[in-house]
Amino acid sequence: MRRVVITGMGVYCALGRDVNEFREGLRTGRSGITTFSPGEISDLRFTQGGEVKDFNPTDHMPAKEADMVDRFAQFAIVAAAEAVRNSGVELTPELKDNAAIVTGSCVGGQSTENQGFWDVYRMGRNRVHPMTIPKTMANAGASGISLRFGITGPSFTIATACASSAHAIGQAFTMVKSGMTDFAITGGSEAPFSYGLLKAWEAMRVVTPTLCRPFSKDRNGMSLGEGAAMMTIETLEHALARGARPIAEIVGFGMSADAHHITQPSAEGAAKAVTMALKQAGIGPEQIGYVNAHGTGTAVNDVTETRALKLALGDHAYKVAISSSKAMHGHTLGAAGAIESMAAVLAMTGGFIPPTINYNTPDPDCDLDYTPNAARALEFEYAISNSFAFGGLNAVLAFRRI
Amino acid sequence: MPEEMIPDNPTPESAAAPAPAEAVDALAERVLQIIADTQRKSRSLISIDSSFEELGIDSMDGVNIVFALENEFNINVPDDEVKNIRNVRDMVEGVRKLVDDAAPSARPSSPAPSSESDAPAAS
Repeated sequence: MRRVVITGMGVYCALGRDVNEFREGLRTGRSGITTFSPGEISDLRFTQGGEVKDFNPTDHMPAKEADMVDRFAQFAIVAAAEAVRNSGVELTPELKDNAAIVTGSCVGGQSTENQGFWDVYRMGRNRVHPMTIPKTMANAGASGISLRFGITGPSFTIATACASSAHAIGQAFTMVKSGMTDFAITGGSEAPFSYGLLKAWEAMRVVTPTLCRPFSKDRNGMSLGEGAAMMTIETLEHALARGARPIAEIVGFGMSADAHHITQPSAEGAAKAVTMALKQAGIGPEQIGYVNAHGTGTAVNDVTETRALKLALGDHAYKVAISSSKAMHGHTLGAAGAIESMAAVLAMTGGFIPPTINYNTPDPDCDLDYTPNAARALEFEYAISNSFAFGGLNAVLAFRRI
Repeated sequence: MPEEMIPDNPTPESAAAPAPAEAVDALAERVLQIIADTQRKSRSLISIDSSFEELGIDSMDGVNIVFALENEFNINVPDDEVKNIRNVRDMVEGVRKLVDDAAPSARPSSPAPSSESDAPAAS
């Protein structure tokens, strides 16, 4: 049986601009949520999010490469470059021919699209920028990584809203496990901070005007975030043959559809994905040491996810350490599955549980151990990362310490 | 993606010899500066006699330059014209013709939009 291991990781988000900064952010419970940079917008009901401040793409790539892609794809390239560098892999012609790229993104280059629509509708212009189409496409992150590294193997992008990059990692895992490829770069990226999209989120009334407080009784919504996380994954045999040091093993991937409601989650659907991930991993609920929850901080998600964990894990739901790192880096939509998988892996390899920050008051309907406000030390062997998308599409990844 | 949109291998900056200092009129200077800005090249590398091939400008780059020129000069460049332009001089003369053609008629009341973004940045 082919075992699939993570050998390199890269991240760029409000909680950390590389893996080391991100790990320390998780460990210290730092908040990456800040007031939006000054702009002309004053009519939004929320003013804070997990924005990456002072990102200058030309610090990371040639100006012409940066010009060709939207901010979300620039994040993808930056994170992939860190992952490849940390993996120590030599991208030989044979490996570039075989390697896969699977990315997730929910809204793609919508800032570019928003700019074009602004020019046409608001400014009354009769033309938009010629690169609007290729900068908007959700696969621009995968394409940017392919162009950067000259990778010509199977490459594509998955869009399942807030589960996009969890499905992407799961798909890449499945492709490596099946023998389709020996090596993949996978993860997700998102850059959702533009006026039009923020107005759409405002209209849904799920974004907090204050702070995101997952599982706390006084929670009143999510904070949005942006960024990317990418990892290199390969077979254990391939990694060892090239002298790489595996970081962690991906052992399970579960996915399901709620068939319940376009936005309201279902505990049964979420639980089914958790159970499927554990089944593939060949482990029981009691072996899970940490759950990185979807934990958006909305009224409905957190209570439904709590019920789902009880359904899937039974009594162990009351014992396992759970947290939502979203209060620290924001809900990064299509990048969430990747950023939070990385949080789970870093917690597992670092022997700690990241906290759920901003937690105030216990909720009788959310009565599990959410690691409120302070990280704690804990050695454990298995972690899972939950991602539950609008549209009722769920993805859960299971990781094992090496 | 149409074949003509596949980017060529860009010419390395070092391969393009610095253009000799040459007097060009104000309109041509604006065009050359826009080519430099959009292509992220030094203005000194771009001459009125440069071909796009020498400058490593592919067809998508050309479309991007035309977009910037349209905004700068408040003109509309027809698709057919875009396809035929393969060097800097043709581009300058094409712009000059469109600007001259537009001159006798009443200009739109709004000033030429700049290529600067004036949409509010939400972030």
